[in-house]
Amino acid sequence: MANAKPRVKVPKSASAGDIITIKTLISHKMESGQRKDKEGNVIPRSIINKFECSFNGQPVFSCDIDPAVSANPYLEFTAKVTEAGTFTFKWTDDDGSIYEQSKDIALK
Amino acid sequence: MKKFGKVGAVLVTLGALSAVALAGGPVDQQLVIDGEIEMITRTEAPDGHPLDEVISGWHYRTGETRALEADTFENPGMLFVEQGEAAWNKIEGTEGKSCASCHGDASESMAGIGAQYPKWDADSGKPINVELQINKCRTENMGAEPLPFDKGGQKELTAYIKHQSLGTPVSIDLDAGDMQSWWKKGEEVYYTRTGQLNLSCASCHEQNNGNYIRADHLSQGNINGFPTYRLKQGALVSVHNRFRGCIRDTRAEFPAAFSDELMALEVYVTWRGSGLSVETPGVRQ
Amino acid sequence: MKLSRRSVLSLSSGAALALVGFNSKQAFANAEDTMKAVMEFAGGVEPADGPLSLDAPEIAENGNTVPVSVSVESPMTEDDYVQSVAIFAEGNPSPDVITFNFTPMSGEASATTRMRLAKTQNVVAVAKTSTGAVFMDKKEVKVTIGGCGG
Repeated sequence: MANAKPRVKVPKSASAGDIITIKTLISHKMESGQRKDKEGNVIPRSIINKFECSFNGQPVFSCDIDPAVSANPYLEFTAKVTEAGTFTFKWTDDDGSIYEQSKDIALK
Repeated sequence: MKKFGKVGAVLVTLGALSAVALAGGPVDQQLVIDGEIEMITRTEAPDGHPLDEVISGWHYRTGETRALEADTFENPGMLFVEQGEAAWNKIEGTEGKSCASCHGDASESMAGIGAQYPKWDADSGKPINVELQINKCRTENMGAEPLPFDKGGQKELTAYIKHQSLGTPVSIDLDAGDMQSWWKKGEEVYYTRTGQLNLSCASCHEQNNGNYIRADHLSQGNINGFPTYRLKQGALVSVHNRFRGCIRDTRAEFPAAFSDELMALEVYVTWRGSGLSVETPGVRQ
Repeated sequence: MKLSRRSVLSLSSGAALALVGFNSKQAFANAEDTMKAVMEFAGGVEPADGPLSLDAPEIAENGNTVPVSVSVESPMTEDDYVQSVAIFAEGNPSPDVITFNFTPMSGEASATTRMRLAKTQNVVAVAKTSTGAVFMDKKEVKVTIGGCGG
């Protein structure tokens, strides 16, 4: 989906040892593959099937997504901050497209 | 309760069948967006309004849905507002212009503007809404094709423009041009029963707001949150789409988007929500 | 008005279901299929009650967008952390909803998303820890059908 556009919310800074909340939202219709069009043909499945978050190259959180996740998938999770660095976020589409975002965090 | 007859009784029966039909009325809570913008979601009705208090549809939704609107990050409608921002800056047409070429930074040039639409348009001798104003700009100033109803980024751009009025109370000028007669025509549409179900707008949104139609908690039908993100569609829904949907649900033929009938209805229904903050993009069921 | 109340109800509920992202005329998963999926996820370990909580509204305003959260109490250290939490829905066409995978860097084993529920049903969450423990929690979510248009 050409117009899939991610939004990510990460605090700009945190103290070492803090557990922060990260929120992500991406525009995607998440076509379940279970619906039929007016002519009765099955509308092919087209979803984001995987999400991954890493911090300075280390995996923090990921998920495997099925068609039962709502359109415009929202994900909220936590991360433990031990040093300053960069969070990277990656969404994988059924059609092979990859959408990426990154956010820096500083230590207080 | 004028114009409340047999169908009203059916509505009440349908409501009573639902498991959650017993609670009623709007929720008593204040909408504060991002903990900063205090929204007016209940206010005294303007003179001549059939109800005493004007209440935003936000009050009729569940706690989870209300919370979505209170946080501009969690509100999925904001994804489309961002797409509208991209549309605002996109150069189109023979004149090589975008909206931004003339109007600059929308957060300044469009602040409060969306709260005043529909407005009188002397050129066409009709009221004009944000969607048609965009099209007028496109054809007259940009040399671009008008956007077809609900397509080509129309909902997103409209939402982006109206979002610049987030928190501004809805206030339309009914003294301009011939707005009075359009208001009157809109009132007529509002109270006219249509379809096999023989319902008017008023049957649900005036006489039964706070009651349930099956499991749906009926609001006053104010449109201060449009284009609004509907959980059902998982997408932005425009005012004229919702008008048509409501009329279709009465099992009637429904008028075309931006037809005189629906433009009049938009004038009238916008006025019914006078004083409520613009919530675009609202979040509804 | 020729339509009886019954026909109004049945016509509109059909319309409502068809719009919930899934097709209404198909087989739904059931408790048995869901347990099969749970056991597969759990690697054959019988899930116990434990420090896992599943949070979802008792009544969802629209089945297309139902908020759901899971949270497991865990030290989240290299030696003892929650590896994954999977969510299943008994009444959907397929029970799988989402699997959250955590690491000690997650800090906590908690996550939130929004899911589709085709009808009123049980939602099940299962957590797997690095020490081999498996926990389960279950909650019924009522999915309401909208007004005249669904």
